[in-house]
Amino acid sequence: MNAIGRPLPRVEGAAKVTGAARYAGEFDQPGQAHAVIVSATVGLGRIAAIDVATAQTLPGVLAVISHLNAPKLAYSPHKGFIDPAHGERLHVFQDDQIRFFGQPVAVVIADTLDQAEHAAAAIHVDYAARTPELRIEGVETLPAGGSHASAYKARGDADAALSQAPVKVDAVYRIARENHNPMEPHATIAAWDGDRLHLWSKSQFVTNEQVEIAAVFGLPADHVHVTCPFIGGAFGTALRTWPHVTIAAIGARHVNRAVKLVLTRRQMFYTTGHRPRSMQRVALGAGTDGKLSAIVHEGTAETSRYEQFVEALTTITSYLYSCPNVRSSHGLAPTDTSTPTYMRAPGEASGVFAVECAMDELAGALNMDPVSLRLLNEPSIDEGENRPFSSRSLKDCIEQGAARFGWSRRDPRPRAMRDGRLLIGWGMATATYPAFHAPAGARACLHGNGPAEVEAAASDMGPGTYTSMTQVAADALGLPPEHVLFQLGRSDFPRTPPHGGSMTMASVGSAVQAACLAVRAKAVQAAIADARSPLFGAAAADIDAADGSLFVKSEPARRETYATIAARHGSIEAEATCSPDEDARKRFSMHSFGAVFTEVAVDPDLGIVRVRRAVGAYGCGRVINPRLARSQCTGGMVGGIGMALMEQTLLDPRDGRPVNASMADYLVPVNLDVNELDAIFVEEDDPHVNALGVKGVGEIALTGIAPAIANAVYHATGKRVRALPIRIEDLI
Amino acid sequence: MTPFAYHASPDEQDAIASAVAGGRYIAGGTTLIDLMREEVEEPKRLIDINQLPLHDIRETADGLVIGALARMAEVAAHPAVARMQPLLVETLLEGASPQLRNMASIGGNLLQRVRCPYFRTLDAACNKRRPGSGCAAIGGINHNHAILGTSDHCVATHPSDLAVSLVALGAVVRIRGPQGLREFPVEALYRLPGDTPHLEHTLSPGELIVEVFVPYGPYAQRARYLKVRDRASYEFALVSIAAALEIDAGVVRQARLAAGGVATRPWRLAACEAALVGQPASQATWRKVAPLSVAGARPLSGNGFKIELLQRTLVRTLELAGEAA
Repeated sequence: MNAIGRPLPRVEGAAKVTGAARYAGEFDQPGQAHAVIVSATVGLGRIAAIDVATAQTLPGVLAVISHLNAPKLAYSPHKGFIDPAHGERLHVFQDDQIRFFGQPVAVVIADTLDQAEHAAAAIHVDYAARTPELRIEGVETLPAGGSHASAYKARGDADAALSQAPVKVDAVYRIARENHNPMEPHATIAAWDGDRLHLWSKSQFVTNEQVEIAAVFGLPADHVHVTCPFIGGAFGTALRTWPHVTIAAIGARHVNRAVKLVLTRRQMFYTTGHRPRSMQRVALGAGTDGKLSAIVHEGTAETSRYEQFVEALTTITSYLYSCPNVRSSHGLAPTDTSTPTYMRAPGEASGVFAVECAMDELAGALNMDPVSLRLLNEPSIDEGENRPFSSRSLKDCIEQGAARFGWSRRDPRPRAMRDGRLLIGWGMATATYPAFHAPAGARACLHGNGPAEVEAAASDMGPGTYTSMTQVAADALGLPPEHVLFQLGRSDFPRTPPHGGSMTMASVGSAVQAACLAVRAKAVQAAIADARSPLFGAAAADIDAADGSLFVKSEPARRETYATIAARHGSIEAEATCSPDEDARKRFSMHSFGAVFTEVAVDPDLGIVRVRRAVGAYGCGRVINPRLARSQCTGGMVGGIGMALMEQTLLDPRDGRPVNASMADYLVPVNLDVNELDAIFVEEDDPHVNALGVKGVGEIALTGIAPAIANAVYHATGKRVRALPIRIEDLI
Repeated sequence: MTPFAYHASPDEQDAIASAVAGGRYIAGGTTLIDLMREEVEEPKRLIDINQLPLHDIRETADGLVIGALARMAEVAAHPAVARMQPLLVETLLEGASPQLRNMASIGGNLLQRVRCPYFRTLDAACNKRRPGSGCAAIGGINHNHAILGTSDHCVATHPSDLAVSLVALGAVVRIRGPQGLREFPVEALYRLPGDTPHLEHTLSPGELIVEVFVPYGPYAQRARYLKVRDRASYEFALVSIAAALEIDAGVVRQARLAAGGVATRPWRLAACEAALVGQPASQATWRKVAPLSVAGARPLSGNGFKIELLQRTLVRTLELAGEAA
């Protein structure tokens, strides 16, 4: 029986719930000291003086390091897959400049965490402070990606078509800054052995952390080793290598001991990225029949002063619907804050919110069902790229999702549906995300004893990489999944792309499959060339594998287990690298699609919104593990409830301080906010995307849900709220 | 965390003597430990009072006595509380999370510190934490802050749900101190910030809350607590109302009302109470008295919505209380 497609429980589940799974901060080293960062308490300016005298005399303190005594580091040029193309990363402790509130200005190393915390509080820093620029509206912007060509996209004449459109909507949508706030904080343990550095560090991209830290310290890459077998949630915050990793390594070298550095929750709001605040104008023009004639999408997002972070804010606009005249532009507003980064469905989640709310407004202006409007504007090809989709199941998603939700029973009039005193609203939105695929490697090894070992430098921040890769390997080898041991999270494993962008299944999965097929072929060759094997002399093409054995297809009785073959020949190993099919990617546009339907109940007097239920239907290619995929999608819905109704990082306008930098003050949904969530997958056979036919589900799950909620709130109340999060004061 | 000494007191006498000598009481620790970790609180000596015999919950002829060390969860689950003062059960279950309710004591709940984010970090101006340093919240992010009882020196909201209902019910705190026992209404436990926001309560050094007495009243079975907040659970109130009504033949005979989330202390709505007496128990009456609840309100840049939300929440709670029992 195939493992792929089965709802296997997590292979690492028992380790996680029993505490056996070790996270980065749990790899305590002999003689380890503890580091605590001192963060800037002004938003812009320079350090005038640092008084460390008291701190240095406190018990257990080994060192206080700041720009005054830190080593000058190489900071060699390095831009990984996930680093902004323009600008330069923050250099820690290299000068006296304060670029944003919370910037690390010093680190204390002490014998114990308590001693380091206490000494950090005893350090007094004087600043020459200026008022930071935080605005993203009414300020000069830079073209995203560095040029007009990268920031601007158009077909037809959208502005002319808009002015002539008989029906139009034109509005501005705003989304607050969000921080990822995974349960596990960022943590790094650094230990030097001569000029070699070992890092146990929370990372979704251990091979990049290796190369980045090597560049920072001017080391050969193979002198840095990074380990991260488990991640307690990340949502993108652990893709880049942030300053604290460098600080841990500086500290460890300074005191000549292993050093552990765990960020506080407050510090997680300072230097580990965030979803940028954004402002988007979306204007839609349509005929009275509902056919789109114009789309204008102008987006602005915040970035830092020292790097230009670009996410896919306006990229969905060109392919989501059929429309002859489309114009999108993407500007960046540099502010005196730290650099934003990728956060689950980076850009798409924000862009889809604006476009899908605008579509709902257009449906209202047309007096047309929102579902019908989308089906009417379904394109036959990607009109932005002028090429066909490798697969596009939006119509199926809308129809199956609508049926499951019971959409046909919706009264289209706002404020028309009630439950007692509560106003009931039903809203929907399209979801979409690209099907990325990047080169990845994997290694597979068959042993005479024990499970087949498969390894890749990949990561599992929660989606179930351990399990899904085990399933792929099991099928490729013809082994039961329990006879496969998949390992990840080490920089000396075969290189993989970042664990983000919903590309892990496609990229690492394809590589795992290729490595397993390669090692299987080696086992076949070993057996058929070996007179001691029952398979001796058979043609390789006539050999198949199942249940841990190779056998001759035409004579199934001629069989031998992998274990026997490997015991005789010694362990058999193969490594493979798998790259995207560039030809297919030139011929086809590759994206996932989905449709999300939500029901909200709004208390008309008190403005309280509750999401009662949500149904998402997704077309994401092949689903490797329905249990895990469903869990990803309902998890994305929970994130979407937060995005729609709760999440926002509030900056004090005077100094850029993230004011609500705690889990008590930065609200995410709690259990009572999460009710009935349902995710279904439509059948989708895509032979073009990759060998496995998978598109990934992690990101698409967060697109669509926030606009579906906002649209439901409008349907319930008749009030259109165009800024997230939607809160009580917006509705009373 | 600043280093501190720890002493577990075997009895009240020892505890009080230790506190007079400069110690700070610790019971559940759910407020204090958080703040000590941030060095917002820096007690030199902690006096652990958990061994003191103050855990009992008992009925008397005229009310309910709740020991100061009874845990929120214990009180919420106690049959006598459910029977005599269902308002307290509803209020307690709206507060914190199950884990916190298992730890937090009733006395500690009443003396919990404010949630103002500028208070809870060392690097912001805060007159409560550092007298004379200014109030960062007034010109900053103040969505959750108070509109009533504020001063130019402090606008932090009192965070306790329980205190709101106890004030409404006319509960009394019993205090033991160096001078012996005394008691006064819960309402009198709290000071307005004025120009001394660092002084939050009326206890003298060494005084210990030993129990809370909640008198029984004919309004106790028509009592509701409604908490409006930005998520369904585990969040402090934007606005909350405790309402207890005595209604006879469709007419309000007695009303006991207090508001939370809007004021610098649990806010008794005395004018509304007075206006309700003798009026028909009706939606029209609830609406008529609601504007009295916001008399003197001073909105900040981010919390003006509370003026409307307070009135609406009051109307709804009165409606629920009127339907109760």
